[in-house]
Amino acid sequence: MRLGVVVFPGSNCEQDVVHAAGVLGIDAGYVWHGDTDLSGYDAVVLPGGFSYGDYLRCGAVARFSPIMSEIVRFAERGGPVMGICNGFQILTEAHLLEGALLRNEGLKFVCRPVHLRVDGSCDWLDLPLGTVVRMPVNHNEGNYHCDAETLARLDAEGRVVLRYCEPDGSRAQGGSAPNGALDDIAGICNARGNVFGLMPHPERAVDPLVGTTTGGGAFFTAIVERLARVGG
Amino acid sequence: MTGKDAMARFEVYVTYKRGIFDPPGATAERALKNLGYQGVNSVRIGKYIQIDADTDLATVTEMCDRLLANPVIEEYRIVEGEA
Repeated sequence: MRLGVVVFPGSNCEQDVVHAAGVLGIDAGYVWHGDTDLSGYDAVVLPGGFSYGDYLRCGAVARFSPIMSEIVRFAERGGPVMGICNGFQILTEAHLLEGALLRNEGLKFVCRPVHLRVDGSCDWLDLPLGTVVRMPVNHNEGNYHCDAETLARLDAEGRVVLRYCEPDGSRAQGGSAPNGALDDIAGICNARGNVFGLMPHPERAVDPLVGTTTGGGAFFTAIVERLARVGG
Repeated sequence: MTGKDAMARFEVYVTYKRGIFDPPGATAERALKNLGYQGVNSVRIGKYIQIDADTDLATVTEMCDRLLANPVIEEYRIVEGEA
């Protein structure tokens, strides 16, 4: 199993993802945004950062990078794709995931650890429902939005994989999201479960060196185990 | 349209759709009211994009749908004039 980490101009979390993979014993390599070939990779991560300077809209320009057509084909074939932070924004712009990420409600860049409750599962995450994990968020546009119809569908299909929550797993009256996200949504997956996007950074909750090791590893090991089972 | 004489200016205004919370607009609205402009009812902040091109309205509309606006959250208005 080899993990491809896509590098766009302005990505800045690709080394964190490759480092986290290394800590977990997962083979990983970089894929350049100008490449058009994903052969040799079994799963793909779109890392955080500020692709194309976040100009126009976050992820709007990255979506048209040469590698993205191949990533769309890869995802359509069932290939596992995870977008973290800016990667999540790119996946919504590419219509691989529904909704959009708006500017944070408080107009502040938020950079702090948050608690997340597992409310669903996908190819990338298979933890018992209700599990609380803790990892950092680091973004200015993480305010998830979709229309009421889409929200109802996401809910009904169990595709809201992660919600912001309090340390005990409950959700505060006025919402637990640090950014105003609709229904405290932190991460969603597509209907097939192979495409997953989230604003928090699991790659920064893997190495004991940076303090938080509470759950980040599960986001990478689940896909390794799954691919081993299905022979990927 | 062809040739240099046909160059047109397309002014594109992109704003959040109705119903989408616009935090910068809401902040400016509050600030204006604090300055005493009590008649202010609503402030929306968006983007202005100016395109000078030898093309037609249909193509600029396509540009908006594909790249310049995100239909999930935004709407746009195109004003066509002379460059």
